Amino acid sequence: MRSITFIVRRLLHSILVLLGLSILIFVIARVMPGNPARMAVGPRAPQEVIDRMSERMHLHEPIHVQYYYWLRDALQGDLGTSLVTRRPVVEDLKEFFPATLELTLFAGVIMGVGGILLGTVSAQHKDSWIDNALRVVSYLGVVTPSFVFAIFFLLLFGMVLGWMPTTGRLSPDVTSPPTITGLITIDSLLSGNVKAFLDALWHLTLPGVALAMGGLAQESRITRSTMSDNLTKDYIASARSLGIPEGVIMRRFLLKPSLIPTVSILGLDFAGTMGNAFLVELIFNWPGSSRYGIDTMLRKDLNAIVGVVLVLGVVFIIVNILVDIVVSLLDPRIRLSSQGGG
Amino acid sequence: MAVQTKSLSAPKSKTRERLGRSWYKFSRNTMSIVGLGFVLLVTFLAVFAPLVAPYPKHASKFVDFANASTPPGPRYLLGTDVIGRDILSRIFFGFRFSLLMGLVVLALVVPPGVTLGLIAGYYQGTWIDTAIMRITDIFLAVPPLILALSICSVLTPNLFNAMIAVSLMWWPWYTRLVYGLASTLRNEFFVKSAETMGASKFHIIFKEILPNCISPIFTKMSLDMAWVILLGASLSFVGLGVQPPRPGLGTMVAGGSDYLPEQWWISVFPALAIVVVVVGFNLLGDGLRDMFAAEEV
Repeated sequence: MRSITFIVRRLLHSILVLLGLSILIFVIARVMPGNPARMAVGPRAPQEVIDRMSERMHLHEPIHVQYYYWLRDALQGDLGTSLVTRRPVVEDLKEFFPATLELTLFAGVIMGVGGILLGTVSAQHKDSWIDNALRVVSYLGVVTPSFVFAIFFLLLFGMVLGWMPTTGRLSPDVTSPPTITGLITIDSLLSGNVKAFLDALWHLTLPGVALAMGGLAQESRITRSTMSDNLTKDYIASARSLGIPEGVIMRRFLLKPSLIPTVSILGLDFAGTMGNAFLVELIFNWPGSSRYGIDTMLRKDLNAIVGVVLVLGVVFIIVNILVDIVVSLLDPRIRLSSQGGG
Repeated sequence: MAVQTKSLSAPKSKTRERLGRSWYKFSRNTMSIVGLGFVLLVTFLAVFAPLVAPYPKHASKFVDFANASTPPGPRYLLGTDVIGRDILSRIFFGFRFSLLMGLVVLALVVPPGVTLGLIAGYYQGTWIDTAIMRITDIFLAVPPLILALSICSVLTPNLFNAMIAVSLMWWPWYTRLVYGLASTLRNEFFVKSAETMGASKFHIIFKEILPNCISPIFTKMSLDMAWVILLGASLSFVGLGVQPPRPGLGTMVAGGSDYLPEQWWISVFPALAIVVVVVGFNLLGDGLRDMFAAEEV
């Protein structure tokens, strides 16, 4: 019951944030210099066409009324037409976004699982050579931008060694599975196509790891420091004195409380991952929303820009709700404190 | 922390002694010194770029097809790009844009961000707090790079607008940091006693609370130099920051990435230059944090 009230409160809060975000983006798109109607119809359109367009876009109304119309359409799944592709923005997003989602989620999994594993190894072998080596590597991981990783990986594994594919989501000779979710790995599993699944995973590896490096390093640093702090706590000493096997102490008593900060930071790091996906996708020619987003941004295609930002904002908010739920499952104190109106 | 405010009026020798002690604490960590060294080196190269760069003319419109795509060698230490410009010289000039970006953004962001955080923290629990912090939440709800990209995109792409875009989404981090500090400090005795003595709100917020937030703000600024520069490089990378022929580090990486792997030096060296700047400011920030932490004790 308590978890449910916590989740409901969290959802309501997110809806408010999302509403605020939509206002922010809308205002940016409308307040900025340039007549949106002229941009929509092109520079050489006659005045009457522009007038008709601004009528249709409700541009003569006050901005809050414009927002009302825009929100009404957006809630019905209509984000307007893209100037670059001349198609509804929602259609474009449906086509391009799954590839981005697949890449960022894959990177998120690497960040979480890899970071926790490396952090645990570091904490268990604190101050040994493994720990020191891992710490240097994670420092480099935190400070190196992901597009630099992407270029180095592309160069080393893709081109010099030639081990990994450097473009696209599937090899040309592999038939792509029927589109169900748009995530090729999941679609191929659903349709039982193991070959396509492995091939898609193989294509995901380089861009995914390049994208995950920063977060991976961050997660492993945080896991290491919380775990090594918790290792010195009394309850661990008392568990040891009771003769509980070290493996059980590690898994049951130490890992769970130590994961709380890691998981919380994972949610925040996901923002960086989604931003960086834009750059990594460009480098690996990944057919996701990045190329589309950048093209539309360079050509001031406002409807499409608003669409891309909004979808990314929604995904980020959903991921953070999930993270909060996981954290609340790990840490009963958070569930309880949300009861007290805090 | 109160020592800090006192020392302003103290004789010079005491200030020097205090600085000496801080320096001692800072310099005990080798990594901090390495960071400081990187930052000083980059600053030196950026400021004196026209004097130290081997080919200062190559920093802007310059074409020398005879020496195009020369690999690194004695004449061009880091090679030349596809139209024959010296990469090393362009990196030195590129540092200028990076540092400028970091400094301008922080100068634009820190005053409003800190002020809002102080006000929200001081009025914690009132509608002022709610209003400010919920707006902050909205800005923090979108990936920074995406928001900066979209703001940039509706403006004309250039360095100045990239700074504006990054500033517009960076202030909430300071608001959030200072909010946390101010909302605990407001319950301290020195604030309560200032209130009892009838000090103005302005005095309490800026003269009592703010001086006690300085070291975390300072640490964050040093770390943020790294992230702002990185964000600037990312914007330049996609073509929304420094515009060619000007040598933005991100612009250079992007320009070279079409010529991988044969002419790897065109994008790899500017990429490494970005890493050097980011590592430098990061190590410096970590060092400052440890130094301030040691002073608390």
